Amino acid sequence: MSALFAPLFANVDWGDILRATLETLAMLGGSLVLTVALGLPLGVLLFLTGRSQMWARPALHSALSLLVNILRSVPFIILLILMMPVTLALVGSSLGVRGAIPPLVIGAAPFFARLVETALREVDRGVIEAVQAMGARPRQIILGALLPEALPGILAGTTVTAIALVSYTAMAGVVGAGGLGDLAVRFGYQRFQTDVMVVTVVLLLVLVQILQMAGDCLVSHFSHR
Amino acid sequence: MIDLAKTFDTGAGQHPAVRGVSLRIQPGEVFGVIGESGAGKSTLIRLINLLERPTSGQVLIDGEDAGALPPEGLRRLRRRVGMIFQHFNLLSSKTVAENVAFPLRLEGRLGPEAIKARVAQLLGRVGLTSHAGAYPAKLSGGQKQRVGIARALACEPTVLLCDEATSALDPETTRQVLELLAELNRELGLTVVLITHEMDVVRQVCDRVAVLEAGRVVESGDVVDVFLNAEHPVTRRMLGQDDEPPVAGMGRKVRLTYRGKAAHAPFLSRIAKETGVDFSLHSGRVAQIKGEPYGQLTLSLDGAQVDEALARFAAAGIRVQELTA
Repeated sequence: MSALFAPLFANVDWGDILRATLETLAMLGGSLVLTVALGLPLGVLLFLTGRSQMWARPALHSALSLLVNILRSVPFIILLILMMPVTLALVGSSLGVRGAIPPLVIGAAPFFARLVETALREVDRGVIEAVQAMGARPRQIILGALLPEALPGILAGTTVTAIALVSYTAMAGVVGAGGLGDLAVRFGYQRFQTDVMVVTVVLLLVLVQILQMAGDCLVSHFSHR
Repeated sequence: MIDLAKTFDTGAGQHPAVRGVSLRIQPGEVFGVIGESGAGKSTLIRLINLLERPTSGQVLIDGEDAGALPPEGLRRLRRRVGMIFQHFNLLSSKTVAENVAFPLRLEGRLGPEAIKARVAQLLGRVGLTSHAGAYPAKLSGGQKQRVGIARALACEPTVLLCDEATSALDPETTRQVLELLAELNRELGLTVVLITHEMDVVRQVCDRVAVLEAGRVVESGDVVDVFLNAEHPVTRRMLGQDDEPPVAGMGRKVRLTYRGKAAHAPFLSRIAKETGVDFSLHSGRVAQIKGEPYGQLTLSLDGAQVDEALARFAAAGIRVQELTA
């Protein structure tokens, strides 16, 4: 089998491919969990402090909104370099998979927070009013009604964010984090090894497909509209 | 008892939605607030459970000033006041049973087993036992509203607020939902406050009614009285009384209003025969208000003994109004 394919993928070192795949998965998994952990509360806060919402605080809302916009407007490759001292302080290294995760999270969390805010805005105000009329506490309104009602939208946002993170990880090669994207750039592009390029891109495509399908499945499972 | 006294609500600033309204709602009655859209009905009903805060005035519930309550006290009050909505406002992410259990979970008084039993009892009461596991999206409008009612009753409230609760339903479903509300009022002694723009809703279930226009109460009282003696143009318009054709022809034009037993007596032909007056009928309606028959006829009378005929109508318990042609 491998003898058959050997001439076709002459430059492909399958050990490298496996390592790069695992690096990509590690970066994606680690940063996605932290992005949701950071972006979800930020999105909820953005929503609740907005105009005519439960905790309307125009000044705080504008400040948060500005912070989110600033972080979202910095190109990821720049963020990766700018964050190096912070990353070093946070995880003890600015290199490798560990060094890539903080900039990935800081790059993706504001984006995810906006998607969460949008999903929360889709929740019927009447439903929230009904829950208020039942004498719910703010915490009960958020955890018992707002988030469950917005769950399909939040899951869809998580899917979009996960796929955005896959493309961000391609740039993580700059800090030596490796991954499939890095392999594609260094071997496929810079050394004209088209076969490596094809293999990595196909693997990335498969990863994106799996993420999208899993996300769609979860959304339809939790959607009862 | 609910007292709304001189409530001034300035919502967005310059245009108060409700002005100088003073209402007293008695325990166990079905109180209707009727008005055209934009009259301030929604604001008014939300003042009762303080979803809207009055900028001045008081909301007294059983003598307790709701506006002065601390947050925890307000939450306790809201559990005593159930509310149902025009668009049902059910949680789409929860099943019928979970929706009904929701206020009980918020309250945190009952354990899981007791909540289950209470939910089963409530769903039985509204006839939805077989839909316990369904999601609201799978239900019809009438079924959704019955889930809303079961949910509103979960914490055993003494007051039920109905915000245009039947406005999104077809006439037959409206009739069934109103029937259910009337039953709950009778059986549980539940005080029901409902707002609507449909006179038929008021006529079917309400004991008393207030007519709201531009944030003010323009007419209020027992439903029968307000219906039969409507003075204000808005009330008359909502009753469809302003389109009576102008009466031409001979004789004196009068309006006869009667209710109760008089509605079944053949007084018109009897008195006409006795006094020899001729009459011609111009318009009229004969119907029921909360089970009580009533009638209102506009006619003109001609003959020598018209005064005598009018006196006999009055003697038979019929209200006589002479109309100027």
